[in-house]
Amino acid sequence: MSSTGFADEVKVSLTVNGRRYTRTVEPRMLLADFLRHELGLTGTHVGCEHGVCGACTVQFDGQPVRSCLTFAVQAQGHEISTVEGLGEGPAKLSVLQEAFRECHGLQCGYCTPGILMTMQAFLAQHPDPSEAQVREALSGNLCRCTGYQHIVDAVLLAAKNLRAGGQA
Amino acid sequence: MSTRYFGQPVKRNEDARLLTGSALFVDDVELGGMLHAAFLRSPYAHAKIVSIDLQAAKARPGVIAVYTAEDLGDYWQPGPLLVPPPPVPGIVFNLRTQVPLAKGVVRHVGEPVVLVIADSRYIAEDAVGDIYIDWEALPVAAELEAAARPDAPRVHPDIPGNVAAHAHQKRGDYARAAKDAHLTIKRRFTYDHGCSQPMETRGVVAQWDNKADKLTIWDTTQAPVAIRNGMAAMLGLSERQVRVIAPFIGGGFGPKIMMFYPEEVLIPWVAMQLNTPVKWIEDRAEHFVATTHERGQIHDAEMAIDKDGRILGVKDVFLHDTGAYDPYGLTVPINSQCTLLGPYVVPNYDSVFTAVFTNKTLVTPYRGAGRQHGVFVMERLLDIAAREIGITPAEIRRRNFIAPDAFPYNHGIIYQDFTELTYDSGNYEPILDQVLATIGYEKFLAEEQPRLRAEGKCVGIAVVCYVEGTGIGPYEGAKVQVQASGKVSVVTGIGTQGQGHFTSFAQIVADACGVDVTNVEVVTGDTDAFYWGAGTFASRGAVVAGNAIGQAAGLVRQKILATAAEHFECAETDLVIENGRVSLAGVPDHSITLGELAGMANPMRGAVAPGTEPGLEATSYFGPPMGATASGAHAMIVEVDPETMMVEIKRYAVAHDCGVVINPLIVEGQVQGGVAQGIGNAFFEDLVYNEEGQLLNASLADYLLPTSMDVPRMELTHTVTPSPLNPMGIKGVGEAGAIPVGPLFAQALEDALQLPQRGVELLDIPLSPSKLWELARGA
Repeated sequence: MSSTGFADEVKVSLTVNGRRYTRTVEPRMLLADFLRHELGLTGTHVGCEHGVCGACTVQFDGQPVRSCLTFAVQAQGHEISTVEGLGEGPAKLSVLQEAFRECHGLQCGYCTPGILMTMQAFLAQHPDPSEAQVREALSGNLCRCTGYQHIVDAVLLAAKNLRAGGQA
Repeated sequence: MSTRYFGQPVKRNEDARLLTGSALFVDDVELGGMLHAAFLRSPYAHAKIVSIDLQAAKARPGVIAVYTAEDLGDYWQPGPLLVPPPPVPGIVFNLRTQVPLAKGVVRHVGEPVVLVIADSRYIAEDAVGDIYIDWEALPVAAELEAAARPDAPRVHPDIPGNVAAHAHQKRGDYARAAKDAHLTIKRRFTYDHGCSQPMETRGVVAQWDNKADKLTIWDTTQAPVAIRNGMAAMLGLSERQVRVIAPFIGGGFGPKIMMFYPEEVLIPWVAMQLNTPVKWIEDRAEHFVATTHERGQIHDAEMAIDKDGRILGVKDVFLHDTGAYDPYGLTVPINSQCTLLGPYVVPNYDSVFTAVFTNKTLVTPYRGAGRQHGVFVMERLLDIAAREIGITPAEIRRRNFIAPDAFPYNHGIIYQDFTELTYDSGNYEPILDQVLATIGYEKFLAEEQPRLRAEGKCVGIAVVCYVEGTGIGPYEGAKVQVQASGKVSVVTGIGTQGQGHFTSFAQIVADACGVDVTNVEVVTGDTDAFYWGAGTFASRGAVVAGNAIGQAAGLVRQKILATAAEHFECAETDLVIENGRVSLAGVPDHSITLGELAGMANPMRGAVAPGTEPGLEATSYFGPPMGATASGAHAMIVEVDPETMMVEIKRYAVAHDCGVVINPLIVEGQVQGGVAQGIGNAFFEDLVYNEEGQLLNASLADYLLPTSMDVPRMELTHTVTPSPLNPMGIKGVGEAGAIPVGPLFAQALEDALQLPQRGVELLDIPLSPSKLWELARGA
């Protein structure tokens, strides 16, 4: 994106999925837009731009955050993880991704990357969750297609498979 | 032919791409030099545009162009009529369609007025803020009933009473039936269906390629072929010059079948004007006012019953809010009028509606498309009738079902697909029995409810039934082709919005062509891949495209066998197709791959017999004579906290019949997702307008979509009554789950709080804890 005259552009350096990036951006640029349009990591989706739907969730030093409520400059020096960093691509899904496929935990798939990033962090903290815990952890991510049941099933299956020794 | 995949819960082919963030959505399209669009939208529901000052916007660095209606020249035209009104005798229909940019007057909040093109979306939005418009507010027709009064402010100055349409349909003689009735019940019902809120908003990217003389449009549409044809005509291009790609779509649920939205028409035009790619992505705030809603109706309805609770007739007079324009015709109110009849015998029916223009966002179909409104009225009337004559809600439904030997059953009125409303097939009592058994209806009423009530708990149960006209015409088509790699490709024009078409269609082909389901590549939503099609709506994808694909795949199978028989010099009946190979029966080592056969069917040198068609390929079209009628019943047990009026769904059961099922996993997902939207509609989602026509809760923080805490685990069962209208016996399922949830909530909450005993009835949807509290307090 070109200069706007709105504010001085600033340099931001951060790590995304283990790779270091440096770009010069406006201070007001959202992290979601930075990831999608500056870095071309379009797996992170933008659903509401006011922090409700959770579609844009990424991990910020391992914690799930809304990338639509975060400026790119706030990520200076931090580590970001996005859906592109899960698994090893379509041919080799992670345990969590595979569980979503197994349980039909997605339909249109638009909210899915944000849900994966939320639930991956959740499972790291709660290796043996109850259904109620999964539902509560999931409640900050809206899905308009599935009715959530198959997502809950997928997270519970992933937890079970991870306990048996898989990689999230 | 083996059915290794058809009917199985096959995991989805498209999931790996979606789960890794590598699926292409419209906003993921990045093109060199791409510019970005933002719109100045009307902040008023009804106002005159006195003047527009663009000076500051145009002067802002990074702004490339700014357009008002006047700048569009001859391109400024009202949009087309998308769905003509059905041939109901005496029907009145006043067509007023949306315009690309408002000229002189705005008719709803969110109507686009100025288009800004800039280097980035950030700058484009800055420039929108630079624009000064001198508005003169006009009187507003906001609330439906007020808008319908003869002296109401006019949305369109030449239409008194804001009458968009008026239609009267009848069967038999209701007045006579009412005279002979044991009882007549009369109530006023209001039902508001809110808006669909897919997680992906709308968006359009357009690129004009000067050298190829070709326009490419990426569009979040449910109908790429229709958009291609319409845009070519509007832009003076041949259809060959326009390619519309509807890639992965992040949910649609109906509003993305609305076509020729202002933004959809403008972005391709601007891309041609500037000879530069242009992107517009709707933000959520825009979505609330610029993407179509479904909203509300007010019904004054009456039911005549005999002493046993059998329906003698129904009379219904209703108002339908169509918003500021009505390009989608009468699909929604006609569906309400027809689907009200449900799975029941209604010997006398008299229904008249008036569709009313209001100064609000346009109304077009949203998952259910008006069926909810009708079903709510009928189911509530039955509940009241059951109470009056002292039988259960389950029993009154049972007594009124159309008998299983009465199909095809003609209701004698006209449906949305212009044919007589005729149910092709159905068997309703087993569905009711199934759902009652799942939920434990009798036991709950006889034992559990009295016990829980004695403990002071407010628990209630409900059961409702519905039908859904699905799989309507006109047609869809598909081309199936064996490739040199041995993979099989399927191309169809129908489009997709997340329903699993890449898998269910592949299952059909995999069985016919004897390949692994993962070796069937489905392409949909690209007009360069397949020319013809109508779109994905009205629960028709599996029925109409599915059968076209089945036919084409059957023809390809014949070609595979004929080519292999020639190769092996044997009879076709001696051949087996399996695992991507054709072999002689009993001699599996003597085989040839489909890829090799495809090569043989496409010789590069030499001569072929006259009439030979190259390749292992076939194209087929399917159009049903009318829609296939699916059906179902839902049952629910709730507990209500009498202090907070929060509702906990203790059990939720669905029994449904969508004919023959291609993929039960996908069907379950469709039903569960539909129920979730139904729950939102019944208890959470409420578009709150004030009298100025302002939407007061236009954010996802205020318009509440149900979360994982609100949608319960569901218990699903199926029955199968195959449709005789298509070779596969399929009926649609996309909308089914969403349809009957409103009346289910009303019945269950009345029961839980014992409201009727206190003189309170729940006759309006959506409900909410605060509405319940007010109603119960007034009791």
